[in-house]
Amino acid sequence: MTTPRLTAVEVVGHRGEVADYLDRESSTLRERAYAVARTVTDPELPMLTLGDLGVLRDVEVTDDGEVVLAITPTYSGCPAMAAMRDDLVRSLGEVGIKARVRVQLSPAWSTDWISERGRTALAEAGISPPRHGVATTRHTGPVPITLGVTRRSVTCPQCGSAATELTSEFGPTSCKALYRCTDCLEPFEHVKEI
Amino acid sequence: MTDLHRDPESSEESARSSVGNLPKTASTDVAHQPTHPAPNPAEAHGSVYDGLLEGDAAHWAFGTDFEDPLAGVDTTIPEGVDARALAAYSLALADDALIASHRLAQWTSNAPDLEDDIALANIALDLLGQARLLLARAAAADPSLVPALPEGSPVPPEDALAFFRGDQEFRNVRLVETGNGDFAVTIVKALLFACARMAVLERLVDSRDTVLAAVAAKGVKELTYHRDYAGRWFLTLAQGTEESRRRLEAALRQVWPLYPELFDTHEAERVAAEQGVGVDPATTRDEVDAVLDQVFAVSGVERPEVGRMAAVAGRTGRDGMHTEALSHLLAEMQSVARAHPAGQW
Repeated sequence: MTTPRLTAVEVVGHRGEVADYLDRESSTLRERAYAVARTVTDPELPMLTLGDLGVLRDVEVTDDGEVVLAITPTYSGCPAMAAMRDDLVRSLGEVGIKARVRVQLSPAWSTDWISERGRTALAEAGISPPRHGVATTRHTGPVPITLGVTRRSVTCPQCGSAATELTSEFGPTSCKALYRCTDCLEPFEHVKEI
Repeated sequence: MTDLHRDPESSEESARSSVGNLPKTASTDVAHQPTHPAPNPAEAHGSVYDGLLEGDAAHWAFGTDFEDPLAGVDTTIPEGVDARALAAYSLALADDALIASHRLAQWTSNAPDLEDDIALANIALDLLGQARLLLARAAAADPSLVPALPEGSPVPPEDALAFFRGDQEFRNVRLVETGNGDFAVTIVKALLFACARMAVLERLVDSRDTVLAAVAAKGVKELTYHRDYAGRWFLTLAQGTEESRRRLEAALRQVWPLYPELFDTHEAERVAAEQGVGVDPATTRDEVDAVLDQVFAVSGVERPEVGRMAAVAGRTGRDGMHTEALSHLLAEMQSVARAHPAGQW
């Protein structure tokens, strides 16, 4: 599994911090590219950066000095891949870095890759974040079919109540299920675990 | 253009007053007024469309270019694997997903309720994504599969395969091409297809071809949701009303003859399995039967006792022998692309 390994810039996340960071002469091209790329936001979940969503998988600089970013789709049919690519290329271009984006299919994206900050940002935006550690539980043998309603302990992002019910496993984007709070009666979206 | 600056209220007013008392001219014949005049780049003062595409075109769906779904992915053929066999196998898996996706997409705005409209469209989108990756994989492995298009056509290989092949060149099983029928028929088709595809993809994650293995790994996650959705609706319809049960049982009898074909070992599958890149669907039959038996048992439905749909001169969907339904589907799906083989989308 290839993941961004840039511990030097792990603390850098928000646009303001990036500007400061880029002033440091010691930063390498790869670090600078990563610092910008990870702050680009998802077209469908604009409260999340591609770094926090976990779709930005790698940043490398080729021998020719070209920056190559790797992104992975959340779902096979993710219609936002081209938008992500264009946003990345443009954002890096704005700071004078010429970049190319490649698709990385393996390993398959998991909601477990959404960072803690990403989960918080989702909740603050009224979207129930996926539970951590559920998705990657390894099955031995075939995945069983589930004919009953999926039981998740999902709390309402509006009022915090645990009295919620599933409306549909499929929502307005591939990654979300529809829920309803039976206390405050607000409908909300839950990022389902994959 | 002046039309764009006209006050819509006064425009309607003049259209109404023209009826019956004025001779129809180009400006008063409202029936032949273009509703959205095309922008004229020669207009000195520009048009309302100016500026829309400046800056960040990525925010406009129509402003984004086609993305090669395998951009930068290593599509090297594994050692000892016949590229044409790998391509033929990928194409079969792609066509199953593409045609199933198109059928499900036909439910959009027609489903029993909004949630199911969205659910069926989501499942269709997942399958379309799988189809794109698999078509691109097939094209990369064997470019000779891709239909020739006019010189300079911007149509990428995956689209050439989807939109410029005739019915006999499609390799999908016949189950996916048959009509949607009522909601019960669609649910039965979705259940049988999801169960069978799930079992294949669960094994395909070990493919020696890293692209197929990656598509399968992601596909398993998606199919899990598709199969649960279809299974739950199957149970709901079976245990719902007398009418829903009657329809479900009728749907099961109608669709069942197409089930065995899902497990036929076609030449493309046999070779791909031998070379360690594909899965022989016959090896999944017992497992899929067991999953379905579980659904039937919980639903209180008997496994149908009807024979399989005959092959035609020994040929079925994987051989390009299809039902009439596929021709109608393709006519709808391909017409726009075929009318504009050099179109930029």
